[in-house]
Parts: sequence; structure tokens; C-alpha cells
Amino acid sequence: MLSQQDQKILEQCIKNHQHMSGALLPLLHAIQDSLGYIPEEVYPNIAFALNLSVAEVHGVVTFYHHFRTHQPGRHILQICRAESCQAMGSEALEAHIKKRLGIEFHETTPDGAFTLEPIYCLGNCACSPSVMINEEVYGRVDNKKIDQLISNLKSV
Amino acid sequence: MSIKIFVPIDSAALSLGAHEVAATISREAHARKLDIQIIRNSSRGLFWLETLVEVETSQGRIGFGPVNTNDVKSLFDADFINGSEHPLALGLVSELDWLKKQERLTFARMGITEPTNIDQYEAHDGFQGLKNALNLQPEAIVATVTQSGLRGRGGAAFPTGIKWKTVLDAKATQKYIVCNADEGDSGTYSDRMIMEGDPFVLIEGMIIAGLAVGATQGYIYLRSEYPHALETLNEAIYEATKAQYLGEDILKSGKAFHLEVRRAAGAYICGEETSLLESLEGKRGLVRFKPPLPAIEGLFGKPTVVNNVISLATVPIILAKGAKYYQDFGMGKSRGTLPIQLAGNLKRTGLVEKAFGITLRELLYDFGGGSLSGKPIKAVQVGGPLGAYLPESQFDTPLDYEKFSEIFAVLGHGGIVAFDETVNMAKMARYAFNFCAIESCGKCTPCRIGSTRGVEVIDHIMQGHDVNKHIALVRDLADTMLNGSLCALGGMTPFPVLSALNHFPKDFGVDAIDSKA
Repeated sequence: MLSQQDQKILEQCIKNHQHMSGALLPLLHAIQDSLGYIPEEVYPNIAFALNLSVAEVHGVVTFYHHFRTHQPGRHILQICRAESCQAMGSEALEAHIKKRLGIEFHETTPDGAFTLEPIYCLGNCACSPSVMINEEVYGRVDNKKIDQLISNLKSV
Repeated sequence: MSIKIFVPIDSAALSLGAHEVAATISREAHARKLDIQIIRNSSRGLFWLETLVEVETSQGRIGFGPVNTNDVKSLFDADFINGSEHPLALGLVSELDWLKKQERLTFARMGITEPTNIDQYEAHDGFQGLKNALNLQPEAIVATVTQSGLRGRGGAAFPTGIKWKTVLDAKATQKYIVCNADEGDSGTYSDRMIMEGDPFVLIEGMIIAGLAVGATQGYIYLRSEYPHALETLNEAIYEATKAQYLGEDILKSGKAFHLEVRRAAGAYICGEETSLLESLEGKRGLVRFKPPLPAIEGLFGKPTVVNNVISLATVPIILAKGAKYYQDFGMGKSRGTLPIQLAGNLKRTGLVEKAFGITLRELLYDFGGGSLSGKPIKAVQVGGPLGAYLPESQFDTPLDYEKFSEIFAVLGHGGIVAFDETVNMAKMARYAFNFCAIESCGKCTPCRIGSTRGVEVIDHIMQGHDVNKHIALVRDLADTMLNGSLCALGGMTPFPVLSALNHFPKDFGVDAIDSKA
């Protein structure tokens, strides 16, 4: 169940976006930006506001990698798996991060600090390998640098 | 007079600590009671030198790089703010060989100006193209773009002027300009640099496109992986609206153009134009059948120009300096310049804008300086995840759309990713199938299912099971995907797969390949 405050946020998001042309993606972004994810229980509200079926809303949410339907950890760590980063050793970095956090892709650490996600290109290919933490990109990442970043954020 | 110090705000520079460098310089100057002004410029695109700090002197801007926070104290000790000697000193930035050898037309202001400062944009020839376009009839604007020879820089290389002509000739109450800023190709970042570093040039290009075809509404479909670009674009749109370049009455001409940024949501397929339009309409990014072309029935069923960031950002200089000026660069049917992005395992990675015709070898060795690891370069992938892998024997191919087609390769969006000899090309072929499986929109069976089957067949090959039989199967599958997919994702995944197989058969456990695809 959404808290009363989240319910208010949801209603505000819908109000701000429902009159846009092609409103669904901007609305989903607004909800995820505010709540951290898109709870499945809000599909009917979205569907009603935009004159869509619940199935259509579900279809769109699940089509796009960016949208999540569960609350993520406090920090979202995305590792670039694309070719340029591979050429600069991202596979070893990925293995190191998974071992260090003790989780696989799409999982969250038990303390709720990190959610690990793959990503295919951050546009930082001149500084490979790259990771994105929350909305910041880090380039030329090695084991030492990522350990430092993880340590700094763990308790935040 | 305070001394001007430039620290780039491009997100690649930020990824290497440019914010921290700027803050440390500011703190250190304050402690030493020095009067400086820190300016956050765009990046020159010399990423191996980031954070590249520049100091304005009477001779010009002197560079220092790569600067880390722990270099800052020694820079001040050496009096770098007066351009003095230091181990990181690079001399006049404009005189650096890497920049001097380029032909920066689309990227003319890159690294020089502050991204969202509209006065600086105007002072550096900004909005000249738009002012010329306002004095031209739509047909004449379209003719100028056609004559320039500009072709779609997103990768498909379709002549921009012809696309515009189709939209101009279409009769409709509403038309749209859509900028494809879903720069998903790995190894590419030129769109990001423009949007973060010189957003007004893209806005200007879109306004001109609107005037040319009679469209009053534009959308920039921006990938969600670029949060800094989103912020910069929105700020630039605000500034451009305030200065009446955007809005109901562009520079009191009576013409209108409105612009809005829309965020994508991490689907590679939405870089395909019809899938992008579906997404903008708020739907799953399923590829559409063509015809009808988007130029006839595009966004919300209306005639729509869909152009890549670089195509649109190149329009202002064409309108400012004329079709011939742009057309005089390049070779064959590839006219003008291509912003090339060097990536992967190279010593000097970054943005090289050159006229078509430069060879891969010049780019990899003269500009790139060879591999960063020091090991021989074994393969380069040109044109993103759907581009072919080229072996050393093809490094003398000039960058030209047709020359690349001749060797079953593509230039795409101009990304070049270098791999040293440690790469296993069978693994890269497997990756290409796997990427297609993850990103397929699911509409066409060969792409949706074939990509998964492809991964399995490559796994058999890598485990040494019946290798020749499975290689034949890969070729058959590639043929089905190539001919049975609506768009480039399914249709071009065979490029990286087959080029890896044909050029590097040893990685697949066979000595030679008999039939070339």
C-alpha cells in the first residue's frame, strides 16, 4: 500500500503530466524520480488518467530497462558492459564489484545500500571502463577506485 | 583584472574529477589571495588530457593536463596562472597538434565557450545560420542543405536535404522536427558532447529545420543515461526562449518554433527512428513498418523530420557559410566532415572531426597513438555494436560511406573502438548476439528468437562441439536475420558476428574460412 504522502506525490505527478501529448513516459519518469520506482499498484491510476488499459501501462513499464517496479537500494551502481569498456577490462571490474558487494546484477545488497545493474554505454567511451553511481559517471575505474567509491557511499 | 581559468564541465571530464579539480583550484587561489575566475567551459575532446585546465594569457589559452586534485598545489607553486612552466604544461591549446590537424566545423566552439552562455554563442558566430535562413524561402533552405551533401550522421547516411524535401512537400496542419538523441551506440559520444558542450548549435539547427519544412514543434528524444545533457539542454532552451530564438515569434519574423526535451528510458532500439516515434507517443518502442515513411506519417501520424544530433548541429554552419563551403570537404559521395570518436584501448582517445577520407590507420596511430596497453591492436569495431570488426589488413580503408560498404562494414555514427590482441573474437560475436537478444523489441522473429539461438550456437563453437557444422548454422542464421528483420538491430547484428568469424577464424577454433559472407 502506498503511504498517504506517496499517494499525494502520485496524484501530483499525474496532474502535472496527464495533458501532455505522449504523456506516459514523462509521467513514468516523474513517478520513478519521486518514489524511486513505479509501484505496480499505481498502474490503474495511470491507466485511468491517460485513458489506457492497465495492460498497456504494464507493457510500457516492462519494455524499458530504465523503469523499475521495486524499491532499489540507496545507491544504484550501473556497470557499463559495452564494447569500449570491455576493451579496457570491464569484465574483470564487473567480477570484482559483484564479489565485493556479494550480489549479482538486478540484486540489492542485504543492507539496502547498493542495487547493481548492467548498462550498455554511458557515452564515456574515451575514459573506459566506466560506471554510473546514481546519476554520476566515473571513468577509468579500477578496483582501487571502485572500492573507494563503495566505501564512501556504504554508510550514506 | 582576475585571471580566467577554464575547467571543463563535460561529463567525461567530470567522470575524471573535473568538479573536484575546479573546487581545489578555487580553494588554493583563495588561500593564496589570488584573484582568479573559474569558467566552466565545454571539453576540447582530448580526453586523455582531462581534466584539461586552461589559463587565459595575452598569447592565448595555455593548457595543463591531465590535472588531478593533488597536482593543484604544485601548479600554483609554479605560478601556472601566469602560464609558467610545469611538467603538466602543454603550451597554447589551439596549437596542439591533435587539434590543429582537425577540421572542426560542427565542433567549432567545442572547448572554447561556456555551454549555456548565449552571448558567447553569438560572439562565436552563433545564430548566423538561422539569421540567413530567416531571409530564405523554405525551398531555398532545403536546397542549401541538399547541395551541401550532408547525410544522416546517426548512421544510416540518408541525404538530409531529401528527407527535408519530403516533409516540406507533405501537406499537413502540423509537422514535427524530432531530434534523435538516443545515442546508444557503444563507442560514441559526439551527440553527448554537443548537447552538454554547445547546446545552442543543436537548437539553432532544429529551428532552421522547422523553418525549412514548416514545422512549429520540435522534440529532442534524449537517452536517460545522459542526465547532464538533460540539464544543459533545458537551460539552453530557457535561454534561447528568453532571447526570442524560440517561441511564437522568432526574432520578430512572425515564425514560430517550440522545443521540448523528452527523456528516453534505456531501450537501445529506440534509437531506430520509428521505434523512437512510438516511444515519444508513450508506447512500447516497437519498430514500425515502412512505408509510410516518418516524413509522410511520423509522430502522431504527422509529417516528421527525424534527424540525429550531429546532422542537425551541422545545419547552422551550412546555412552560415553556404553549401559549397561544406561540400568542399570530404571524398566521393561522403561530403563534409565526420566527428569521429576514438574509444577503447587507445593511448589518446577523444573527438576527431575530420573531412571524410582519412584512413583508420591514421586515426588509430597518428591520433590515437596506438593501444594504451602497448600490445598490438588486433581488431577495431567501427560504427557501434552493429558495426563490423576490422582486422589490421583493413586499416587503410578511408572513412567514406561507400568504401566501408564495399568491405561489408559501416561508418555508423563514427565511433571507433580498438581492442588489443587479448580480445577473443568469438566472445565478441557471442556478445553481439546477446546484446541483440537483450535489446530486441520483439517484433520480428529472426531478431527476437534468432539472437538467443545465436548465443547458443556460438557457445557450442566456443566449447569445440561440431565446430564446422555450427559455423554453417551461424551463417544460415545470419542470413535469416539479415533478410528477415524490419530494422537494423536484427538486420545488422550479423555484421559484427560474421566479420569476427571471417577475419578471426582461429578464435572460433578453425584455421580458415572458406565462404566469405
